[in-house]
Amino acid sequence: MAKHKTPEINSSSTADIAFLLLCYFLMTTTMDQDNGLSRRLPPIPDANQKVQDQKVNRRNIIIVKINSADRLFAGNEILDVSQLKDKIKLFLTNPVNDPNLPEKEEKDIEGFGPCMVSKGVISLQNDRGTSYQAYIAVQNELVAAVNDLRDEFSKAHFGKVYIALDEDQQKIVREAVPQQISEAEPKDVGKK
Amino acid sequence: MPAISTSSLPDIVFMLLFFFMVTTSMRETENKVMIKLPEASQVVKLERKDLASYINIGSPIAPMQAQYGTDARIQLNDSFKTTSDIRDFIAAERDAMSEVDRQFMTTVIRCDSDVHMGIVSDVKQELRRCSALKIMYCARKPAK
Repeated sequence: MAKHKTPEINSSSTADIAFLLLCYFLMTTTMDQDNGLSRRLPPIPDANQKVQDQKVNRRNIIIVKINSADRLFAGNEILDVSQLKDKIKLFLTNPVNDPNLPEKEEKDIEGFGPCMVSKGVISLQNDRGTSYQAYIAVQNELVAAVNDLRDEFSKAHFGKVYIALDEDQQKIVREAVPQQISEAEPKDVGKK
Repeated sequence: MPAISTSSLPDIVFMLLFFFMVTTSMRETENKVMIKLPEASQVVKLERKDLASYINIGSPIAPMQAQYGTDARIQLNDSFKTTSDIRDFIAAERDAMSEVDRQFMTTVIRCDSDVHMGIVSDVKQELRRCSALKIMYCARKPAK
């Protein structure tokens, strides 16, 4: 039998095909990352369950309110958004043990030891007419205050900023500086 | 002068193709509402994109304003819905996930910065009722 030499397939158009595929993927996919502020909503209280009086000491709560004109009111005074962060930091650290600011509790943190943890809770209330932009700006300041405190704590005890710590250390810092932000029930949905 | 050999061109293009296939994800829904995200400096990245379900809130895009008006609306998947449809939407999203992943389900609220909080509060209340408690307010990093 005569030996047939198989002719080579012309591959000059492979590039075109690949380009076509490439264009398809460029058009149909996205690269954008979702960024945002993570939150955990409080669960709905059970209707059958008796409403337990959650006695939180008045000094342990700071109420942050935003009205329909996007004005900010925090801890009995009118503030600008730029002042909120320092106010919250002062509230959570209570450096001079002011009896009007939150009390601290000694807590034994696993892998770290005893540590004074603030019992302060930030309660965020808004009106239905508040703009989303103002709401996020305030949320952002609250998170910024907590993150700043976490960084300070990490630098004091581990010598690094919070983000540079490993997972176990981050957990310790999270326990030492908890992020306690409660989003109140909207005003028109049932009153307790 | 000899012609430049183009025999490795397909390889180069395929490499590009693979790069894009790996780094990008499919566009799943088309936006029917205009969303200009608010700015926030403390944003964190969404950990698992596959476990996220999206709720878009904003005023309808220009071609649809004749039909739907300019009031803020909720978009789930590909159509306008009301707060009462959120329950079904969350249930469907939850069903699509595996048993282990359900507890990590995150609801991403993508909301326009000019929207009033009333509609967002309604959505939040509904999410609480469906016990989809992990949420994320979508925001973008301010340009430096």
